[in-house]
Amino acid sequence: MDFGRRALVLRRGRIAVRLPWRPVVVCAVLAAAGAGMAVLALMTGSYALSPGQVLSALTGRETGFVQEVVVEWRLPRVVAALVFGAALGVSGAIFQLLLRNPLADPGIMGFTQGSYTGALIVILVVDGTYTQLAGGALLGGMATAVAVYVLAYRRGVKGFRLIVVGIAASAMLDSLNTWLILKADLDQAMSAAAWGAGSLNGVSWNQVLAGGTCIAVLLLTAGALSRPLRQMQLGDDAAASHGIRVSPARLGLILVGVALTATVTAASGPILFVSLVAPQIGRRLARSAGITLVPAAFVGALLCLASDHLAQHAAPTPLPVGIVTVVLGGGYLGYLLFTEARRRL
Amino acid sequence: MPRPRRRVLGLVLALVVLTALLTLSVMIGSTAIAPSVVWHALFDPSAHPDQFAIRDFRLPRTIVGLVVGAVLGLSGALIQALVRNPLADPGVLGVHAGSSFAVTVAVGVLGVREARGYMWFAFAGALVVTLLVLALGSTRKGSSPVVMVLAGVCVGAVLGGAREAIQLTDPDAFDAMRYWNAGSITGRPLDVLWPVLPFFAVAAVLAFAVSGPLNALALGDELARAQGVRLARTRVIAVLALTLLAGGATAIAGPVGFIGLMVPHVARWIAGPDQRWIFAYSVLLAPSLLLVSDILGRVVMRPGEIPVGIVTAFVGAPVLVVLVRRRKASGL
Repeated sequence: MDFGRRALVLRRGRIAVRLPWRPVVVCAVLAAAGAGMAVLALMTGSYALSPGQVLSALTGRETGFVQEVVVEWRLPRVVAALVFGAALGVSGAIFQLLLRNPLADPGIMGFTQGSYTGALIVILVVDGTYTQLAGGALLGGMATAVAVYVLAYRRGVKGFRLIVVGIAASAMLDSLNTWLILKADLDQAMSAAAWGAGSLNGVSWNQVLAGGTCIAVLLLTAGALSRPLRQMQLGDDAAASHGIRVSPARLGLILVGVALTATVTAASGPILFVSLVAPQIGRRLARSAGITLVPAAFVGALLCLASDHLAQHAAPTPLPVGIVTVVLGGGYLGYLLFTEARRRL
Repeated sequence: MPRPRRRVLGLVLALVVLTALLTLSVMIGSTAIAPSVVWHALFDPSAHPDQFAIRDFRLPRTIVGLVVGAVLGLSGALIQALVRNPLADPGVLGVHAGSSFAVTVAVGVLGVREARGYMWFAFAGALVVTLLVLALGSTRKGSSPVVMVLAGVCVGAVLGGAREAIQLTDPDAFDAMRYWNAGSITGRPLDVLWPVLPFFAVAAVLAFAVSGPLNALALGDELARAQGVRLARTRVIAVLALTLLAGGATAIAGPVGFIGLMVPHVARWIAGPDQRWIFAYSVLLAPSLLLVSDILGRVVMRPGEIPVGIVTAFVGAPVLVVLVRRRKASGL
């Protein structure tokens, strides 16, 4: 622990929480930016509103059409972007911490593609309802994670092996998905492909509440497991010597991480790169030694909301948010290339 | 058995297997055709309907498979030697994404619908992306394999997103691209092959020309420089050859993954660490793998077909898993 930095100490009776200043300030700034972005998103659309109208609609002072536009049409999407983004950020942070690899990502390891496969099968074969679709996505993601974990298991799971097995799994699932789309008729294939690009179009309050509840439970579990996670960063042996039962903790963390992405994928389709990028940006902003979950969640939420806003309004036709995150994420990777990699190599 | 004899024997064996598979590829399909009919179709043509099937469909397809396979194998061996990463693949450098994007622009924006027309776009896209990745991957001290792979991943992601954006806003383009994107050697007339062949020939010569310096490069930059290898020149030539090979192959067949990843491993396993032998083996083994996958794709869902790119992913991914499980992946 870094005792050299100024820290914020919160005391309540005998419990004291010690927080370094910088991450707290960073998270507060990110939250403010998120709120501003949310108001902007609620204002923009074919029926433009002023900030005042949005605020009074949110507080219940405005009724009628304006209230309906803000609360029933636009708010679910904004909340979904924030919650899903936070979930993706935390999920990515968990995997990057566990595997000690900045490239570890549910998308790279095939879990996202597995969820997509599950959902595709539901769409194309059963033509199922939203609940069935969510179940399919969850099942697909979990099955992929189990398969990848089992295949990578050999006297323990090494990060390198897990990533490579994951790349293999995601390639296989990618082509399975391509095959499923190829076999479908054009209309079905188009809608499946649009969903497959990751879109928040037509997200309703029901979906937000269902997904949000799942995500809240999962985030709390992640918080509970964050102490073992921090210890495991120092290496499995060091963690074990601190009394952490490494294998169950790791399994629990993997389950939480997978469930987080699968929940998002079920509701919106695969939104790639947020989970890869958010933990890294969070670490840089907070100037922490390693990846931390909370800044990753805040960055993920802001990133997802901003990307969705861009996707809806920047292009001539509204695009799925996943396309914007892919382009932004690729650009960020390019930025990393020019700064970090060049300095080191 | 001493290694030199084993190597030559293995090469002969690989050639025999390839010949057998070429024959099978012409014989097997939605209807199986007897060897005698195949023979007559090739050397004593008449108007028999089975002979039409062979001359107009199966033979071109088999030849395209042979060429594309050999090219993919060589490009895989080349990229693994170049970036010293046993898990590298032409797709990693963003070449597939570059071709895909260029073809999508051709189909979606410019309205090109014919394979012969968008082939050139695929080729140009691959070339531009590889040059871009090469430029991005060059540091002041010269180019670095790690940075280059990262550059490939990031260019690939951006172009993939842009491609998808075009496809989703244009249903026609989406429909036209569905099959090409899966990777297939079906229905490619031999005409698409001829313009690319000279590039392939040049690339093959370049690849074998730098195979010696690449051997030295496997020992690390310092040792290679000490042996008098000109690093920058070797890498530029290798990348140029790589672009011509992978770009051309993608132009013809669409993105067919995993062949370039798997085959060099098998080649290394048989022939040892010498790049010249690895290249030679890859050229012979890769078409075999492609043809086996293509035949499988024709047989499994008869009378329908699975595009070869999908089959290679299903064959290749388990091999990758076995590779990382068995050892720390055969090193370079």
